[in-house]
Amino acid sequence: MSLLIKSARIVNANKEEKKTQDILIEKGKITKIAASIKKDGAKTFDAKGLIVTPGLIDIHVHFRTPGQEYKETIETGARAAVKGGFTTVMCMPNTQPVIDNAAIVESIIDEAKAVGICNVIPIAAISRGQKDEELVDMYEIKKAGALALSDDGKSVVNSQLMRMAIQYADQAGMVLLQHCEDPLVSAGGAMNEGENSTRLGIKGDPGISESIIVGRDIELVNYLGGHVHFCHMSTKRSIELIRMAKAQGINVTAEACPHHFTLTDDAVQSFDTSTKVNPPLRTGEDVEAVKEGIKDGTIDCIVTDHAPHSAEDKEVDFQHAPFGMIGLETSVGLTMTELVHKGVISLSQMVDKMSTAQAKIVGLENKGQIKEGFDGDITVIDPDQEWEVTETDTVSKSKNTPFFGYNLKGRVKATIFAGKMVFEDV
Amino acid sequence: MDKDQIRRAVTRIAHEIIEANKGTDDLCLIGIRTRGVALAERINKSIEEIEGAALPMGILDITLYRDDLTRIDTNPVVRETSIDFDIHDKKIVLVDDVLYTGRTIRSALNAINDYGRPAKIQLAVLIDRGHRELPIKADYVGKNIPTAKNENVKVTMSETDDKEDQVTVKRGKTS
Amino acid sequence: MSKWTHRHLVDLHDLSREDIEMIFESANSFREVNTRDVKKVPTLRGKSVICLFFEPSTRTRVSFELAAKRLSADTINISGSSSSLTKGETILDTAKNLEAMNVDLLIVRHPVAGIPRVLADNCKAGIINGGDGMRAHPSQALLDMYTIQERFGKIDGLHVGIVGDILHSRVARSNIVGLLKMGAKVSVCGPATLMPPGIESYGVDVVESVDDLIKEVDVLMLLRLQKERQKQKYLASVNEYSTVWGVNEKRLEAAKKEILIMHPGPTNRGVELSGDVADGGHSVILNQVTNGIAIRMAILYLLSTVRDEGLVSTQ
Repeated sequence: MSLLIKSARIVNANKEEKKTQDILIEKGKITKIAASIKKDGAKTFDAKGLIVTPGLIDIHVHFRTPGQEYKETIETGARAAVKGGFTTVMCMPNTQPVIDNAAIVESIIDEAKAVGICNVIPIAAISRGQKDEELVDMYEIKKAGALALSDDGKSVVNSQLMRMAIQYADQAGMVLLQHCEDPLVSAGGAMNEGENSTRLGIKGDPGISESIIVGRDIELVNYLGGHVHFCHMSTKRSIELIRMAKAQGINVTAEACPHHFTLTDDAVQSFDTSTKVNPPLRTGEDVEAVKEGIKDGTIDCIVTDHAPHSAEDKEVDFQHAPFGMIGLETSVGLTMTELVHKGVISLSQMVDKMSTAQAKIVGLENKGQIKEGFDGDITVIDPDQEWEVTETDTVSKSKNTPFFGYNLKGRVKATIFAGKMVFEDV
Repeated sequence: MDKDQIRRAVTRIAHEIIEANKGTDDLCLIGIRTRGVALAERINKSIEEIEGAALPMGILDITLYRDDLTRIDTNPVVRETSIDFDIHDKKIVLVDDVLYTGRTIRSALNAINDYGRPAKIQLAVLIDRGHRELPIKADYVGKNIPTAKNENVKVTMSETDDKEDQVTVKRGKTS
Repeated sequence: MSKWTHRHLVDLHDLSREDIEMIFESANSFREVNTRDVKKVPTLRGKSVICLFFEPSTRTRVSFELAAKRLSADTINISGSSSSLTKGETILDTAKNLEAMNVDLLIVRHPVAGIPRVLADNCKAGIINGGDGMRAHPSQALLDMYTIQERFGKIDGLHVGIVGDILHSRVARSNIVGLLKMGAKVSVCGPATLMPPGIESYGVDVVESVDDLIKEVDVLMLLRLQKERQKQKYLASVNEYSTVWGVNEKRLEAAKKEILIMHPGPTNRGVELSGDVADGGHSVILNQVTNGIAIRMAILYLLSTVRDEGLVSTQ
């Protein structure tokens, strides 16, 4: 079984090709890239006029399995992923029960393999039960197939536990993804603390709840070595701290989400609960800082923090609504519209942040590049197609997004996973 | 009706009120906002000239007693009612500019009831244009003007309208 | 003549200065009704008004209920706890059910900001915000402003000081919006921990010391201090609060002769203000309560006069 992509304009993180090439994928691997390839019996896909990138990667999604399958399942999540151009996603462990042992990790990998349309790798918790008390069995979990650990949804607040986690994970070869939020500072905040929270009368979560943890973890890594990756950075100050740390050679990396570089806390004025996310939508100044961080490399990757919630869960008042919005299906469109078409980053940088850099951070082998010998994971994008985000087109099981009605430029046309066409926009 | 005709009608009504009530004992006037108040003041002034003393006078806003609150086009601002004398056992003469369906007077009667129990209520109007929808009749009328329903009777008074006194009948929307 | 066009009263942001003046003008007549022997007019006969309160309240609920009854509306009180509602039936379901029973006006109080706005956007019944979270309490601000207007004959040009827990106060927020709209100058004062970020963006001054503020203002509005703020660490102690921010006769010596002392109630005597100030000649705290009924009658009346078709929503 082989797939031949004709007239592909390849965009890798290090190079945007000017001339089109053909790509041959055999037995799930890229076997040949050349100006013109002929292969009898191969299924062909004509990518004329489109750009072809390495399969996109998202190391920060929530698929709600096990325990809350009414919001999303591995299957519905995977369908949303491939529609959004993603061939590898890593799902967060704040499930019920928490993914904190090898058995659950294996069960999710098995379930994802049965669905078989993209690579779904579970992330395990850092602390058992995400209780911020004891470390999980990292070696066992790694053996079961996980690459990274996170208590996402909350921070590892206990500084001593985080110290141990950094040392232990470094030795075990696991990556720590830190959700940065000091819960005593954010205490009950449902939106960004500032002018808007004052006017709306909603309890605010100040940006310092994030930067306090960022600052602390930078200090820990500076002292201990090892590596910490910061999830969904949202404030100007956090980004400044990371920029300084990187300049000093401290091994930290960071990610940002499309909603944090497109929306400000003005969006909350509608009381639309789909604008309630954690970390919250911040100010215009923060949005600019996130863009600047993406541009200068302080922010290594763009992830979605795809966080599905059912209509019933979100159709309550703002204070009681759960945090999160879906994002897999709008990520490429928002990134291209807000960053690429506006000249903030190049297509190559986009590929780096949405694929190559993420593969490197979590240690995904043979992914993140279109290169002979690499996995046959490929995303095909029409950079200029304009489209409207609508509820009817959304395949995620949940529809909690404030982006319905948005007009975006840049759309995923096809997704190829291990040489198999898993999504085609018709 | 022009200025002089209106003046004469007011004077005649004042005489009729005094005559019918055999003097001014226990008598008081209540003008219905807006033009009924100006009219009542003129009648009172006339009575003062004849009898040497003015009557106690009150102002009634019937907005709160209307039966067409959500059916009217322009939204009525509620203005103050001021009746600062006890109306109990008094003879009240209600004063309004135009008597038409009788609904305004019905509202005014209900309103007065909430202030006390007068001995008697009479009605004085400048114009009676017919088309009653309720069993109400004026005791003192300045002028009967037969009209069609699609005609509009417009009273202007110098106190309320910044124009010379006048009564005109126009074709058009009934008010 | 200007026309009333609002079906809902959710926030003073939605009202123009003329709208507020119209409410005051109507309230003048209702104040007269409230002094009669027969304190009832038939204006809202046949209308159904429901007080849907998810927070304990005595004075606001009684005030609205008396206002509705004096206008001859039928009134029902429903009190609920917000926690039971977030589980099963949503607040919108509750409102839709009441609406299906052809209720005309819903007065809603809820601990969560934004609920009345969401209901107004989704319901045919008129929605009156009886206080939502820390966000808005428009009827209280209207009665406060009406009381100021009654005493000074105007609001424009006056200087109003608001003292206390601004952070958690919907009364403060609505008063700030309303008073600025009516042309007053507004200054706020209180512990820095209870001063919401970005408060200056409304166009108010933040004054550090109560003594400095007292010298300047025509009206001093004191806010209720919830005792639990001490446990929540906003305050060192309630005692210290009363020493630094509480108003007593001695402090008032520096004030203008005509100064008005206001409080939305219920007062904590000895905390926000001393008993002699609460009962003293400058206090209009009970006038506020009296005027509350007239203002709420005016609100109920005006909202009821808007017809279903061709109306302008608050949005």
